[in-house]
Amino acid sequence: MISKDEVLHVAELANLKFKDDEIDGFVSQLDKIVTIASNLSTVDTEGIEPTYHMGDTKTVFRPDKGIHTQTREEMLENVPETQDNLIKVPTIVDKEDDE
Amino acid sequence: MNFETTIGLEVHVELKTNSKMFSPSPVAYGAEPNSNTNVIDFGFPGTLPSVNKGGYRLGVMVALALNANIEQHTHFDRKNYFYPDNPKAFQLTQHEKPLGHDGWLEIEVDGQKKKIGIEELHVEEDAGKNTHIGGSSFVDLNRQGTPLVEIVSKADMHSPEEAYAYLEKLRQIVQFTGASDVKMEEGSMRVDTNISITPVGSDKLGTKVELKNLNSFNHVRTGLAYEEKRQAAILKQGGEIGQETRRFDEKTGETFLMRVKSGADDYRYFPEPDLPSFEIDPAWVKEIQADLPEPAENRRARYINELGIPEYDAGVLTDTKEMSDFFDEAVKYDANPKLISNWLMGEVNGYLNDKKVGLLDTKLTPEHLAKMINLISDGTISSKIAKKVFKETISNGTEPETWVKDKGLVQESDPAVLKPMIIDVLDNNQQSIDDFKNGKDRAVGFLVGQIMKQTHGQANPKVVNKILMEELNSR
Repeated sequence: MISKDEVLHVAELANLKFKDDEIDGFVSQLDKIVTIASNLSTVDTEGIEPTYHMGDTKTVFRPDKGIHTQTREEMLENVPETQDNLIKVPTIVDKEDDE
Repeated sequence: MNFETTIGLEVHVELKTNSKMFSPSPVAYGAEPNSNTNVIDFGFPGTLPSVNKGGYRLGVMVALALNANIEQHTHFDRKNYFYPDNPKAFQLTQHEKPLGHDGWLEIEVDGQKKKIGIEELHVEEDAGKNTHIGGSSFVDLNRQGTPLVEIVSKADMHSPEEAYAYLEKLRQIVQFTGASDVKMEEGSMRVDTNISITPVGSDKLGTKVELKNLNSFNHVRTGLAYEEKRQAAILKQGGEIGQETRRFDEKTGETFLMRVKSGADDYRYFPEPDLPSFEIDPAWVKEIQADLPEPAENRRARYINELGIPEYDAGVLTDTKEMSDFFDEAVKYDANPKLISNWLMGEVNGYLNDKKVGLLDTKLTPEHLAKMINLISDGTISSKIAKKVFKETISNGTEPETWVKDKGLVQESDPAVLKPMIIDVLDNNQQSIDDFKNGKDRAVGFLVGQIMKQTHGQANPKVVNKILMEELNSR
């Protein structure tokens, strides 16, 4: 059974905020999804290699060649606010991890 | 109570590629903000990543140089997190099947050699760069997607000195592969450390504390030494070490609390659906192994044993790959290796320190240095003139032989030319001849000076001395 705390945790990881009265609805919805998905774990996979990708191609490399596919002007066109060609973002409070 | 320290290091190294790891945007240090970006770096919907073969190859090079095993079946994973420096909201990395594993390197501390294990190496992409100006935050995505290899050591180090030695060795090994510049000051090498202490004899590991903001190897050593003391003091008082991340303050040499870790990080890794699985061909790995440049240790041994370079000098020459490559190249032009080494360690290093530039920033070529040394060795120019030639060739890239001829700087060694000049000087300086006869050796110095003046410093001092003494003794 999915708990309310788990829903809140997942919401935080996904950068989502909910009103208090919305949470219970998500608890029951997520619980149904997880129950259905957990059916997969009843399949016996003993001795079977994991599948990481569904495609039938493997090992596709690109040669190391630098190409400008868009100009800076094109890239900054959709940016709400710029300053000296930098992208202005909401103030980062948690500055600790900046290199 | 005595304690045992356990240290593990995670080192990020920027790989020297032309393009990003998962997009074809060019990579260039110090480019104009956001000029090297495209729709993939910005995480636009519908864009697809692609894996840079050159970046992967450099990662394999580093892994091989660190004696690691190369993983044959691999794939990429998404590491999910929200931060403005990465608009995709995930980082592509190799979480489950890292590129290489179980490597090692050897360090030496206080004459004791010791192997330090490398847990694993994986390639991943770097994030953009945030700046904070006047209460606002700004992002430059040029660095977003730049190839990195993360090298995770085993927790095999037991003192700050061992950690320092490990980093020095790691930097040297990676630098000599040519895969990265490994410059802490430019951010092409970054270090995160984990340290814990536990009472000697205890079979339980202590609580891990993470240290950040370590911008030089010295900071790593100082920060770890501070942590050892801080943690020991807490444990001695019966306290407990918190699982936390601490920040090093370079002004005080102390660490202070940044944040307490509550539970494990939750990155919800999963295999990247937009990239296929990868089979790394063992034949390709063999090819890369064969292409690995000669490591510093082998070069050092070769310089000492085959070229007769003193041990200390061989150490200086192999301090950086560019210096060592330059030396090897110059030796090919048949100049005396010891003389090349002397010039590199003396005049050349002096010039680099003076101008605060790197060897490759100058116009000096190995060929020109070797030719100039040969001009001195065969007596064409004096060592005094050589300094002029050196200044000219390192500043302007001038070919020494032609320049010396054009400027008329060739040393005069022909006795037929020098002898009449010497006789002339003697005829005009009877007093000095008398002084010499009276046992005043200083007179010889004065006479040589006069001859040098007449020849504008270009007379070969050896030949001048010989003729002068013969003449003096015959009078």
